[in-house]
Amino acid sequence: MIGQLMNLNATELCLGLPGGTKAVESPAKSSVRNKRGFSETMDLMLNLQAQVVGWPPVRNYRKNMMTQQKTSGEEEASSEKAGNGGGAALVKVSMDGAPYLRKVDLTMYKSYQDLSDALAKMFSSFTMGNYGAQGMIDFMNESKLMNLLNSSEYVPSYEDKDGDWMLVGDVPWEMFVQSCKRLRIMKGSEAIGLAPRAMEKYCKNRS
Amino acid sequence: MPEDDEDQSPPSDLRSQPPCSPNKSRNCISSSSSQTFPDHVLENVLENVLQFLDSRCDRNAASLVCKLWWKVEGLTRSEVFIGNCYALSPARLTQRFKRVRSLLLKGKPRFADFNLMPPDWGANIAPWVSTMAKAYPWLEKVDLKRMFVTDDDLALLAESFPGFKELILVCCEGFGTSGIAVVANKCRKLKVLDLIESEVTDDEVDWVSCFPEDVTCLESLAFDCVEAPINFKALEGLVGRSPSLRKLRLNRFVSLEELRRLLLLGAPQLTSLGTGSFSRGDQSDEQGPPDYAAAFRACKSVVCLSGFRELMPEYLPAILPVCANLTSLNFSYANISPDMFKPIIHSCHKLQIFWALDSICDEGLQAVAATCKELRELRIFPFDPREDSEGPVSELGLQAISEGCRKLESLLYFCQRMTNAALIAMSHNCPELTVFRLCIMGRHRPDHVTGKAMDEGFGAIVKNCKKLTRLAVSGLLTDQAFRYMGEYGKLIRTLSVAFAGDSDMALRHVLEGCPRLQKLEIRDSPFGDVALRSGMHRYYNMRFVWMSACSLSMGCCKDVARAMPNLVVEVIGSDDDDENREFVETLYMYRSLDGPRKDAPQFVTIL
Repeated sequence: MIGQLMNLNATELCLGLPGGTKAVESPAKSSVRNKRGFSETMDLMLNLQAQVVGWPPVRNYRKNMMTQQKTSGEEEASSEKAGNGGGAALVKVSMDGAPYLRKVDLTMYKSYQDLSDALAKMFSSFTMGNYGAQGMIDFMNESKLMNLLNSSEYVPSYEDKDGDWMLVGDVPWEMFVQSCKRLRIMKGSEAIGLAPRAMEKYCKNRS
Repeated sequence: MPEDDEDQSPPSDLRSQPPCSPNKSRNCISSSSSQTFPDHVLENVLENVLQFLDSRCDRNAASLVCKLWWKVEGLTRSEVFIGNCYALSPARLTQRFKRVRSLLLKGKPRFADFNLMPPDWGANIAPWVSTMAKAYPWLEKVDLKRMFVTDDDLALLAESFPGFKELILVCCEGFGTSGIAVVANKCRKLKVLDLIESEVTDDEVDWVSCFPEDVTCLESLAFDCVEAPINFKALEGLVGRSPSLRKLRLNRFVSLEELRRLLLLGAPQLTSLGTGSFSRGDQSDEQGPPDYAAAFRACKSVVCLSGFRELMPEYLPAILPVCANLTSLNFSYANISPDMFKPIIHSCHKLQIFWALDSICDEGLQAVAATCKELRELRIFPFDPREDSEGPVSELGLQAISEGCRKLESLLYFCQRMTNAALIAMSHNCPELTVFRLCIMGRHRPDHVTGKAMDEGFGAIVKNCKKLTRLAVSGLLTDQAFRYMGEYGKLIRTLSVAFAGDSDMALRHVLEGCPRLQKLEIRDSPFGDVALRSGMHRYYNMRFVWMSACSLSMGCCKDVARAMPNLVVEVIGSDDDDENREFVETLYMYRSLDGPRKDAPQFVTIL
């Protein structure tokens, strides 16, 4: 059954992009996967295209405001600013350890990759590279999945229409936008409890 | 606007023992004549006199005169400023000062704002609130900066102080809209609720509706940093029943249309306005575009304008009616082009404080220089805060400002290109400068015309700006720049250094040459043990020293800690990496009257 699924482009799940064909582009970040301490992370940051932690010295608060403005600048009118514009799929995004919630309008993104990039940017000051590097979750590869869930990397999970918490990426993008009620970015090690259910539901959705 | 950082007092007045009076001989005459009066009479007289002393400096001086003055000063001080919450314990505060009505407290070091410290480092307000709840039931004002405040803390505060009037939280975090709701609801005498650049969680609580239903005492309500939608109807109601409201700063969830409605309600009394998003929602224009300018025309008293969080530039001209009165304008969240900006600034003749993004370009700064002759404070923030971004402002803008705004006192300027010549010019043109913070975003960048280091430029600033108390340097700097700082920076109290200097000598120049230095923050500079040791004669007279990613060894830090028992030496780093044991990632040290703190997290080692 799984072999057959590999041939279906529409529901293809690879490292990244249902519907897309490019490989994930995060070369610099993808190399380090094991547990990182604070200063190791700082070293990593130093190596990443000379982007240094905390430099230039602009407060996170201001940086987040600017990021938000830039992304909403790219969006068309009637976005989250208006509150509840018609057709918007506003969901809350929380991240474990971050002191505040954010909201995203899922209709503003075209794919998991878009969403992943936006989330990584939004929470970059907290994750310091621990999120977004792995691309989207590869449900096909169980051992990779288990590795990810054993790590201290962050993974996105979502609450679906049924109230279940699932790992992001298990269903085609359009289906996801319809059913996602809330997003939570959590440490891989905490998401491990989601995995069996995710796999189960994944298989159920397939049949 | 936030970010005032002044304190002039070492905490010597907070020692539990009154100081030995060096003035005994001078007091001899007065004490012999005072023997004709009972002590308590003298005390009463003194109390009645000392209660008029407001300034911290004066009070600290008074408390050093003799034991009696020390005691009476402690009884009459009603506002206490504590620049480092770990410099003393709450118990010491309540022992020393008996009748405190107002507390100003600062927590985390500034570099924590830039992710240079893991979260959960400390600076919890909780022990302070619980101690003060018992000792100061009449507490009226709490003003916190960079503290960790939870909803429970806010609830305790609201419940413990029936006369509570002012809550100001600057750059704080740990709480959400539920905490705000409790304060709004329980503090019936609340005059000021100012949340400034703080992280506030959206707990989905309608806090605006929690204010009491009668007429309120509100004078200032600032919630521009609250990232949560609000109940606009409730806000309208609140503004309508707050006749004393003078300052109102809205968040980005208030649209232009809603702003217009609020202004029509309460504009004439407002002196300070934060405009919220300054963009329209989805309303259709049945009657054509609404007249926002009319709403601003009603703002006859507004002198301070901010907001513009999601600016739609085509509506910006609506603020023109208030421009002529403005003394303070904050565009720093608005991506405004020079063309949109120039017609606005052209009317702002009285402007003294101006914050903006570099999107206004050198051209915009030239317009500021041409019009704003009263300018005292200028802050230019980067729209694209990355090292390799474009950088639309440069030495040209700075030069123009220096020529046009001779009264300039405070500067914060982010750019990608700068020249020594522009700094030298500014040092001559702007003798009133007390705060000079220049951030050339690309690290180690030299003068982009001459290719030389930026030593001469900063040297001129410290030499010619004789009132300079705060300096932040950047760009390519050799030890020479620091030699200048040590030689000329006699009034410098706060110094920020990043990616600068060649050797230990640089830091030595500063530690040996700047007698007023209180706050020293250094990152990523090649300063090591020799430099650290050279400052040991100074550390008790400083509020703190921060050094991260320098060349300090654990051994040297331990030596310093051993030699200076009243100094708390914190080494902050990753908790489980043994390889980092020899080298110190981050050193944060500060004087303390009560020894090392008990709430240090795992990643902090106190030597």
